[in-house]
Amino acid sequence: MIIVLLTFCSILPMFFILFFITSKGISVINWRFLTQLPRPVGEMGGGISNAIIGTFMLIGIATAISIPIGILAGIFLSENRKGRLASLIRLCVETLQGVPSIVIGIIAYIWLVVSMGSFSAASGGFALGLMMLPVIITATEETLKLIPESLREASLALGVSYPRTILKVILPAGVSGIVTGILLSVARVAGETAPLLFTAFGSPFMNLNILKPMNSLPLMIFNYATSPYPEWHTLAWGASFILIVFVLGLNLFTKVVTRRWKVQF
Amino acid sequence: MNHSRAEVLVLEAKTETMRWRKPALSEPSFRRILSVAGAFVLLLLLAIFFSLIIASYPAIQSFGIRFLFGSTWDPVRSEFGAFPFVVGTLATSFFALVISVVFSIPISIFLGEYSARGTTATFIKSMLELLAGVPSVIYGFCGLFILTPLVRTLEMKIGVAPYGVGIFTASLVLSIMIIPYSASIGREVISLVPSDLKEAAFSLGATRFEVIRKVILPYAKSGIVAGILLSLGRALGETMAVTMVIGNSNFIPKGIFSPANTLASVIANEFTEATGSLYLASLIELGLVLFIVTTVINLIGKLIIRRMGVEG
Repeated sequence: MIIVLLTFCSILPMFFILFFITSKGISVINWRFLTQLPRPVGEMGGGISNAIIGTFMLIGIATAISIPIGILAGIFLSENRKGRLASLIRLCVETLQGVPSIVIGIIAYIWLVVSMGSFSAASGGFALGLMMLPVIITATEETLKLIPESLREASLALGVSYPRTILKVILPAGVSGIVTGILLSVARVAGETAPLLFTAFGSPFMNLNILKPMNSLPLMIFNYATSPYPEWHTLAWGASFILIVFVLGLNLFTKVVTRRWKVQF
Repeated sequence: MNHSRAEVLVLEAKTETMRWRKPALSEPSFRRILSVAGAFVLLLLLAIFFSLIIASYPAIQSFGIRFLFGSTWDPVRSEFGAFPFVVGTLATSFFALVISVVFSIPISIFLGEYSARGTTATFIKSMLELLAGVPSVIYGFCGLFILTPLVRTLEMKIGVAPYGVGIFTASLVLSIMIIPYSASIGREVISLVPSDLKEAAFSLGATRFEVIRKVILPYAKSGIVAGILLSLGRALGETMAVTMVIGNSNFIPKGIFSPANTLASVIANEFTEATGSLYLASLIELGLVLFIVTTVINLIGKLIIRRMGVEG
């Protein structure tokens, strides 16, 4: 039947991608690959250690920026179901989610790179945080909306103050959904290149200073894949393997683990 | 229940809370913090919009509306016309949409109507989620090294210039990337078709395929269109995969196999090399156009979905 055929055909690309990346990338991975810095063109060897560290640092900055504001805004939206301000803010969250990642990169450039005078990991992390924000807000709001009113009413009836009710009763009850949202947004943002092209900019050196340019896995894959050097292409396959294992692994991990934390009502 | 026992419980609870009390956070100030967090998002979006306008103002001032229709993008002579990129964006998105619809509507029908539960459905749904989760550089990388040689052989067979890269390749890669978005929304909408409509059709002797064609699809039409609009919004803004396989030519593409550039890919390529404030302002104006177009399309799509009552 044509429908079944087309359905299964559309999943084929996934297998192709996984097959090619694994076959070309896995032979490149070894301890030196993971711990060395990239070598100049023409020299054999070299690794992607600065990209791996850079990716984690950028994700760290992004989560530090987006989690507090995201969760608080999500609580605000779930506490104010009706109301014009809340609907307007909900609209803004949806709009922000649809903004192309390169436009977010432009914004981070205008706001941070120009004013600080140089490319920096901080501006890259800010751009990634902007991309994580709508996902976290939506996840928090949807999770908290599902928690029954009786829990909150019970807590308030016992004399617990409103802030404490929200922070110590409602929020922990929804922790599985919120953590799911955070982890999924991290998985999405770990593979983003466009916002980092002119904010974190990439660098061939190991850099732990967030006020200086920093490399990241997707940036490195982009630069090396579009270069004319075969040695760099092999490095890019290895880096792609690591990136896709990380992103897909995080997706699967999220699904499996957070199911255990889910509070049943 | 004993009246005094309830009082004891309440008093105990109150003492418990008082024992842990840190500097007390009162309700009005907490609500104010929440409102500030919410308003922050609103201000953020407005700030993004106005920043883009202010930063691209030199270009808006110099070119006006001719910016969108000028067909020469020449940084050396400071002539910036965005029409080649508008054509490239529309062409890649249109072809990607057409190709993806061929696959996403059958997927929606399959998952919504034929096997809504069961291991096959879960498997396909997980595969779609993984497809959506793959970073776009990896799509571009695989497109560049696996798809491009194949397209090159195809072009040699047809007799077109064998670039390998171009609008055709970019549309193929883009279509694979946007299938999950329209497929998931289509599946939701199709599964929401009321069963009494379907059962009425079945009882009148319709075959399964006829029910799909004459009952389900017309009912779910607007929802499917909304899903397609949302995947269009995603396709318009997609940068990395397209940049790597579109050939990066700043001229109006002549055919489906010629290299081109999209609004997003030209920004990605030329932003860090932009000399002069007019060049940068023009690139930022391209970003502004992209922002407005994707926002409008996404909002229209979400409006249609909300009217159908489906959770996006």
